[in-house]
Amino acid sequence: MNSRTSAVLEQNKVEGNGSLIGYFPAGYPTLERSIEASIVMCQNGVDVLELGVPYSDPVMDGIVIQEATLKALENGFKLKQTFDAVRKITAEVNTPVLVMTYWNPVLQYGVENFARDLAEAGGAGLITPDLIPDEAKEWLEASDKYSLDRVFLGTPSSSPERMKTASDLSRGFVYAVSTMGITGARAEVDANARKVVARVREVSETAKTAVGIGISTADQVVDVNTYSDGAIVGSAFVRAYAEGGVEALKLKVIELSARLKK
Amino acid sequence: MSDLRSHVGPYFGEFGGRFVPESLIAALDELEATYQVAKADPTFAAELAELHRTYTGRPSIITEAKRFAEHCGSGVRVFLKREDLNHTGSHKINNVIGQALLAKRMGKTRIIAETGAGQHGVASATAAALFGLDCVVYMGQVDTERQALNVARMKLLGAEVIPVTTGSRTLKDAINEALRDWVANVEDTHYLLGTVAGPHPFPTMVRDFHSVIGTEARQQMLDEFGFLPTALAACVGGGSNAIGLFHAFLDDTDVKMFGFEAAGDGMDTPRHAATLNYGRPGVLHGARSYMLQDEDGQTMESHSISAGLDYPGVGPEHSWLKDLGRVEYRGISDAEAMDALRLLSRTEGIIPAIETAHALAGTIKLGKELPTGSSILVNLSGRGDKDMETAGKYFGLLDAAQAQTAKGGH
Repeated sequence: MNSRTSAVLEQNKVEGNGSLIGYFPAGYPTLERSIEASIVMCQNGVDVLELGVPYSDPVMDGIVIQEATLKALENGFKLKQTFDAVRKITAEVNTPVLVMTYWNPVLQYGVENFARDLAEAGGAGLITPDLIPDEAKEWLEASDKYSLDRVFLGTPSSSPERMKTASDLSRGFVYAVSTMGITGARAEVDANARKVVARVREVSETAKTAVGIGISTADQVVDVNTYSDGAIVGSAFVRAYAEGGVEALKLKVIELSARLKK
Repeated sequence: MSDLRSHVGPYFGEFGGRFVPESLIAALDELEATYQVAKADPTFAAELAELHRTYTGRPSIITEAKRFAEHCGSGVRVFLKREDLNHTGSHKINNVIGQALLAKRMGKTRIIAETGAGQHGVASATAAALFGLDCVVYMGQVDTERQALNVARMKLLGAEVIPVTTGSRTLKDAINEALRDWVANVEDTHYLLGTVAGPHPFPTMVRDFHSVIGTEARQQMLDEFGFLPTALAACVGGGSNAIGLFHAFLDDTDVKMFGFEAAGDGMDTPRHAATLNYGRPGVLHGARSYMLQDEDGQTMESHSISAGLDYPGVGPEHSWLKDLGRVEYRGISDAEAMDALRLLSRTEGIIPAIETAHALAGTIKLGKELPTGSSILVNLSGRGDKDMETAGKYFGLLDAAQAQTAKGGH
């Protein structure tokens, strides 16, 4: 099945460029502002947008993203607005938009309904941090039916069998978790990231990889792109926005993506 | 509905499973494998039993509550399974000793735990001291304030207590922080989860460690009184003491079972923690189960005077037993629980934990529904010492100055 996300990563690679996947939470600080911020990211160097769904119990997220998504919820974010945001972003830019969501909101909306409405809004697929392939039967079916990407995680502790399952079932890319931990900037991206990507390569000839967790500098983004198909940045963008609004966010995107393009 | 006892995870009907980040799967697999080996190893069972005999204080006794029973309908006998007499003052030690032994087997040097009322945190800190493990306890900031004495106990035992300031600052958020810690430190750290919730194998494993409650009680009833009780009663937050009592009786089809949830301000108000009565199935903290949530699947805040029952989720096996109709779950308000707490204190000289008082309040109501000659076995899951400040204020037993002193930790 074709994936626009993996096509973008492939195209950049063929042209000798790297890829930057940028996270921003929907509804932060308000729905309109988050749409504006997302579009600015896509127009200034982000190749794939990871649009986060605010959730009450984000166990995979560090404090920067927790505070942003809590703010979004306090400001009245509703799940259905995810589709409005995707629709408005994809109307302005061609960048693939992956929605990053914990599983319960999807489950409550209805897996099939969520897939249908996401596809209808122009979304590319889902990144599911707390849904492992073992529990994903319904989502595998719905994502096939609506031709959506599905991004599962590969980690330093994943067994070879699990790495193969994640690689075979992911579409778009495998989210290579660089380090054992939660989201948030770190001075050094773990050498584990290289190993995780290498292990995906061992079990799959076709799966794309993007490295995430702890990436916050241009050097890290460049370095990760030497061995992976993309680098995922979240907290650094959210922090930039929190501190300096959309202008600071734009500068951060330019700073982190500038050296990826020839 | 025969042979419910032999059922194990990962799934209980449509409930249970593992809804956690991939980063934790290897650790859960290791735990599962270690537990399976230990379960089949007679030396593990012997070691656990010896610790329970010489340290926990097992078997715990059964006390017939004759004066209390006079308030529970006519001709109904009430029996208390005295888990409050265990070392550390509640049933929580049963699971903690078992998991600490497993942590040692896995070569982990650090344990982390979440706690609501502080009972599980104290038990974890105790086991860490006993086995020479580092211990970090996550506790919602709201709970560190209403359970200040237990914070002092944990610190005295050598544990680090981290107040959790995210989200609703209660048990749910303490579990989130513990999970985040575990994701980052899984190599040397065991997450000593304190209830029958969470991803597989926790619901099955924690149940097994607590099933000693019902196994002992069932035999004690037969040996000392010559019959099995008409009904079982236990309070349900996450559900560990309840499943511990129920499990041995699941296939005794004549024994009715009742779980009492915290109805907080009342079942007709939104301020409660009655997950099985008012929740619907969803995914929280790694398992599919009933939970309190809004239409978007955002977890809702629960409310209860009892920190230990103030949780918007519940163990998956309880969800399964509810849907099967094997256990009936009812709500008990703060006021009903506090009345029962005072009644047991004054009729039996036993001050129960506020959590446990929910089961006692349920027993008072239940007794009035049951025919003469019935008997109710209640899990007296914890003692009330930790709740003296809350109870003192509630009943107006402390003036303002004394309350302040109590908060200071005397």
